[in-house]
Amino acid sequence: MGRGWVFHQDNDPKHACKLVKKWFQIKKVSIVKRPAQSPDLSHIQQLQDEDPNQLIRASALRVLSSIRVAMIAPIMMLAIKESVRDMSPYVRKVAAHAIPKLYALDPDQKGELVDAIDFLLADKTTLVIGSAVYAFEEICPERIDLIHKHYRKLCQVMADVDEWGQVMIINLMTRYARTQFTDPNLGEMDSEKEETFFSSDEESDDEGDSDDSAKKRKAQQKKKKEKESKPKPYLMDPDLRMLLKNTKPLLQSRNSSVVLAVAQLYYHLAPRNEISVIAKALVRLLRGHREVQSVVLMNIATISAKKRNMFEPFLKSFFIRSSDPTHIKLLKLEVLTNLATQTNIQMILREFQTYVYTHDKELTVAAIEAIGRCAVNIKEVTDVCLSGLVALMASKNEIVVAQSVVVIKRLLQIQPSAHKDIIMSMTKLIDTVKVPGARASIVWLIGEYCQTVPLIAPDVLRKMAKTFVQEEDVVKLQILNMAVKLLLTNREQSLPLVQYVFQLAKYDQSYDLRDRARFLRNLVMPQQENRLTQFAAKMFLTPKPAPVLESTFKDRDQFQLGTLSHYLNQRCAGYSDLPHFPEVAPDGKVRDVAGFGIPVPNEKSSAPQAASAASTRHSSKKSKKAETFYSDDESEGEKESEEASSGSESSSEEEESEESEEGSEESDDEEEEESSAESSEEDEDEDDEEEESSEEEPPKKPPPKSATSKKERKVEPTNKPSLDLLLDLDFGAPSGGNSSAQPPLSTGPTLLPSAAGSVSSAPKAPTLSKSYEVIHTAPAQFVPKRSSELLNKVAGQGLSVDYRFTRSPSLFSNKMCAIELRFENHSAIPFESIKLVDKKLPVGLSVSGFDDSVALAPGKSVSVMLGVDFADTTQDAVLSVEVSQSDESGPRRLTLTIQAPVGEQLEPVLLSQQQFKAEQSKLSGLNETSGKFKSSIAIDDVKAIVAKVYDLANVIQVEGIDSADKICFSGRTLSNKALLLITFSKTGEELKLAVNCEKMVIGSMLFKHIKQSLAV
Amino acid sequence: MLNSLFILNTSGDVILEKHWKSVIHRSICDYFFDAQKRASSPEDVPPVISTPHHYLVSVYHNQVYFVAVTTLEAPPLMVIEFLHRVVDTFKEYFDECSDSSIKDNYVIVFELLDEMLDNGFPLATESNILQELIKPPNFFRNISNQVTGKTNVSETLPTGQLSNIPWRRAGVKYTNNESYFDVVEEIDAIIDKQGSTVFSEIQGYIDCCCKLSGMPDLTMTFMNPRLLDDVSFHPCVRFKRWENERLLSFVPPDGNFRLLSYHIGSQSMVAIPMYVRHSIVLKDGTGGKIDLTVGPKQSMGKILEDVIVEVPMPKSVQNCNLSASQGKYSFDPTTKVLTWDVGKIELGKPPTLRGSVSVNTTAGAGSVEQPTINVRFKINQLAVSGLKVNRLDMYGEKYKPFKGVKYLTKAGRFQIRT
Repeated sequence: MGRGWVFHQDNDPKHACKLVKKWFQIKKVSIVKRPAQSPDLSHIQQLQDEDPNQLIRASALRVLSSIRVAMIAPIMMLAIKESVRDMSPYVRKVAAHAIPKLYALDPDQKGELVDAIDFLLADKTTLVIGSAVYAFEEICPERIDLIHKHYRKLCQVMADVDEWGQVMIINLMTRYARTQFTDPNLGEMDSEKEETFFSSDEESDDEGDSDDSAKKRKAQQKKKKEKESKPKPYLMDPDLRMLLKNTKPLLQSRNSSVVLAVAQLYYHLAPRNEISVIAKALVRLLRGHREVQSVVLMNIATISAKKRNMFEPFLKSFFIRSSDPTHIKLLKLEVLTNLATQTNIQMILREFQTYVYTHDKELTVAAIEAIGRCAVNIKEVTDVCLSGLVALMASKNEIVVAQSVVVIKRLLQIQPSAHKDIIMSMTKLIDTVKVPGARASIVWLIGEYCQTVPLIAPDVLRKMAKTFVQEEDVVKLQILNMAVKLLLTNREQSLPLVQYVFQLAKYDQSYDLRDRARFLRNLVMPQQENRLTQFAAKMFLTPKPAPVLESTFKDRDQFQLGTLSHYLNQRCAGYSDLPHFPEVAPDGKVRDVAGFGIPVPNEKSSAPQAASAASTRHSSKKSKKAETFYSDDESEGEKESEEASSGSESSSEEEESEESEEGSEESDDEEEEESSAESSEEDEDEDDEEEESSEEEPPKKPPPKSATSKKERKVEPTNKPSLDLLLDLDFGAPSGGNSSAQPPLSTGPTLLPSAAGSVSSAPKAPTLSKSYEVIHTAPAQFVPKRSSELLNKVAGQGLSVDYRFTRSPSLFSNKMCAIELRFENHSAIPFESIKLVDKKLPVGLSVSGFDDSVALAPGKSVSVMLGVDFADTTQDAVLSVEVSQSDESGPRRLTLTIQAPVGEQLEPVLLSQQQFKAEQSKLSGLNETSGKFKSSIAIDDVKAIVAKVYDLANVIQVEGIDSADKICFSGRTLSNKALLLITFSKTGEELKLAVNCEKMVIGSMLFKHIKQSLAV
Repeated sequence: MLNSLFILNTSGDVILEKHWKSVIHRSICDYFFDAQKRASSPEDVPPVISTPHHYLVSVYHNQVYFVAVTTLEAPPLMVIEFLHRVVDTFKEYFDECSDSSIKDNYVIVFELLDEMLDNGFPLATESNILQELIKPPNFFRNISNQVTGKTNVSETLPTGQLSNIPWRRAGVKYTNNESYFDVVEEIDAIIDKQGSTVFSEIQGYIDCCCKLSGMPDLTMTFMNPRLLDDVSFHPCVRFKRWENERLLSFVPPDGNFRLLSYHIGSQSMVAIPMYVRHSIVLKDGTGGKIDLTVGPKQSMGKILEDVIVEVPMPKSVQNCNLSASQGKYSFDPTTKVLTWDVGKIELGKPPTLRGSVSVNTTAGAGSVEQPTINVRFKINQLAVSGLKVNRLDMYGEKYKPFKGVKYLTKAGRFQIRT
């Protein structure tokens, strides 16, 4: 029985009896019920409503939508409308696939279909999004406005969508970004010209083949540039930065089409200095199937015609093997020619020489042609190439000879005078060469330069006149040409010959030739007075411009890379041009959606992920709050189900992790280290919540609802295998318009690649919570008042900046170190705005806060809070602050370098004496740094030592240590939450200090700090 | 994306046609046959052909062309990639993807194509999902299907499609849990007349065979992960962890799959494990002489195995009369390929192939081109780049799996110019 078959219940008693019904159920036969009362109801819709299995609902929809009968279009519309709101994401995916089918059947439904697409785009499961974008591209690619509010979500989930969906999304994003952001290379126009100084012809062609609008744009840009004395530095829109950042890992995809899609995105959108990342990935694709090679090489050829230095390091990858198919060989040759520069030309020419002698005729011809192009483009090697080509003329292979003659002809046009001997030797070839193209070239050459070789030219004409009848048309035409030129320069010697040739041409078979002969005869040997005759010399003997030898891939640039149109170099049906960047970027606010805050540029690694998770959590809380304010029953119910689902999922995760823990107990230590090195979204989240509820009033108090949901989470452990859970869940009903407010990955994709952080540390979550569940952070015991100078008022031209560690929990993330920045205006002019513009952070660090600009009146000071996650390192956070004063001086940039001593990267935690001992015993060995020294403070003065330690590090003294001559402190690092313990003990006259910390570096540095300040 | 798919063979028959949208008449293939006639070899047919109303995107594999027809703009590489995925799936189902294997399994082929594409857009391309939907044919199942009249369409529902890890099917159970990893490296090189290396690079991949129950979560670490700077991963690999910690963490698909492939570019030096000394003199009319010697070089103490030397001779060569000191040689007069199967190269006297060649006098008055030499070899238990797997850990399941890693170095496109 075929799957996808749907049977119709005829309500025959033997089919409707219990036994048979049960059998249907067991055998998973899909049955369309026939309602007893109203048989005219749509059967399919019933099926959709009633079948409990999502796969059957999906199959039914697939079957229904594949029926190409226009009559059922309304039913299909109903089914689609129903299914896009289905609980199962798989059904929604199938619904997305059904939309183009219905559109093909009945384009009038477009309006409603677009609504459905809009709804599907808001979906948060990765299964659906790829298909939704596919439907969007098929039906309404022009409705770019629908994308605004999903832009950030699409960027973020891109890595988890299936590969075909990724291609669709990337292509959509390319178009979208072209309409929404300004050209990232605007500010660098000048530098570009410098960059390509050795190929000025390229530059001019550039302008030549770009169309009118581009020219206008350039003109406008130039005007603009003139207006502004200083070109404004380009600040990349954070949204564009996010897109680039999120697509970059996809270059590592195994699917070549994804890689190429990302490559074209970078080519069309990225700033010039970032494009080169795609080169390596594209070169990797060259190892693929020949079809892939062909498409990729075509794209590389286009890119390399414009941006040659990108592929220069990979030059050797384009060397030709004899086993390559011919069209690949030709493409590689094209790329090699594009890549030729002064430095590598020797190597390339050597390669070309070997290609000339292969048994592939086409390659031979193309290689000689390529040598000619190199000779033209690179002036230094013109002579070398020319002599090489002349040597080739002596070859036995006729094709080689013919082609080199043709190429030499072109080269000679560029510098004819110096090469009399070459022309002579070519004249000799006229007896041997048979290929008409080559013969024509020789004849033309002699005619053109008959003055340089006055002795041989008439002789050649004599020879050619002899064989005129047997020649091909091209050659005959050139003979006529030469005859005329000779007549004009050397009338007495050549007149009879010329007349003879004209006579022959008069009776030639080709009408073109007869025409030409008649025209020429009347022009140069007029029967009656002809005014044109006196101009004949001017007509025929003007110096001809040298032909430009250039890449045939220049004009392909008008098409978007990677498209069919680009490959075929013709406008295909359904191709739409990539829009040009707008002059002024449209307002980016349209992309602001609750839950997707403006991404922090330059953020990297996992730390900001947690931060963003935290922020999304906040916003989702906010939205929940809003819901309870204006709640109606429906949304209430939905929310419940969502919470239940997320709760049970997270419990499933815990489950899973517990299992794994048992499986690998001996590697516990390692794990703990790893887990601390990583930040997992999930358990961070929980940590957060616990902390917030236990601490004194956090600024955003979680609504009571979340507390209960948390309880639910804990109460709900189930023993089902995790995958079952995933399947049986209702995946969170899509909750209308505001569903985008939820974090995109909230459905707990436990095993998605991008959610690596959460997965990898999931197994360790229980160990963490076990050991730390009773650990509470304490408020700072001592807040040092001293502040350090960040910027001198002289250096800052009136603005001074101080910073101070407040030792309070940061508002932005619990991994961040709270820093108070104090700006003071010492000048007489008010500062209009001071704002943070750029953060150059080492990997792993992140900064939040100070998002708004502040103004500063003279003599006043202002403080702002900043959260910096130093990732438990002593790396500097370098921030750029842009200040503008109200005088004309314009905005200035100041660089601030913040460094946190290790002591400030801690937070105090309360430990009991037993806990302290237990933890200390765990952190022995390498994790312990200890030493003895003579103290500058009296050993017995406990208070002084405590004060000193408090001053240095944000830790807390452990209460109730039994031995009198021990002082213990506890704390943990902010970023990785690694426990840190300090122990002082008396040994004779000396003080023994031991610092235990998993992060050995932190431990040893703190040890050094304390020792320095305490030792004599 | 795809309107129709035609499967053709090299002799110009349409083996199979399938339409997802409206039917496009098979006469569209005439454009393709024209292009095929013009091409000198089947490999040379351009992958994308434009016709007045349609665009043909084709893929060639083992004497079979897969020609996809599209009417609108579509990323050509996406179509090509998809067609290769179809080929791979057929290979997995029928062991080989050829004219006869498709003809033998029409029903399954249609079933597969139905599931892989929906309305011309890829739907389920992961082999794990497909195998859940449609069981691969085997001898016993064929017989029982004949008897009982069943088809290969699976009766259980394909739950894999619903999960977030589409590459792994649910409920996998094995009695012996084992996972094997093959680290294979292929050396691509061009060596010039004088024996110096013009270009060399390594193309490596790790192929896995995982037969593990449940949902194992594997972590693989390398001794020297720095070697891998140009990698592409199976979608199961968690990219963030690779970026941060340089280890591979993944939930493997069930069965055979390629975990990652990497590329060590021409910038780094690659040890060339063998040399070929050659003197090939082909003279018009008088015949010619061939003298080939192969031997190991920098092979790191390992033995070269399965060494095969191939010389595609020019068309004018009629016959070869040679003698090999080791192995066998053959000359195919139709394809003009001289093949010398050397076998294992032991230390000691290097194997040689000597003799004379008869060249046709009439063919072309010009010179006879020098052929290039292609070499194939294998070195077991060696990854020439020095890549080594450090350890493999499994989380998420309780049993202890059997783990094995094998290294292999092969010649890829190894070419010697003469």
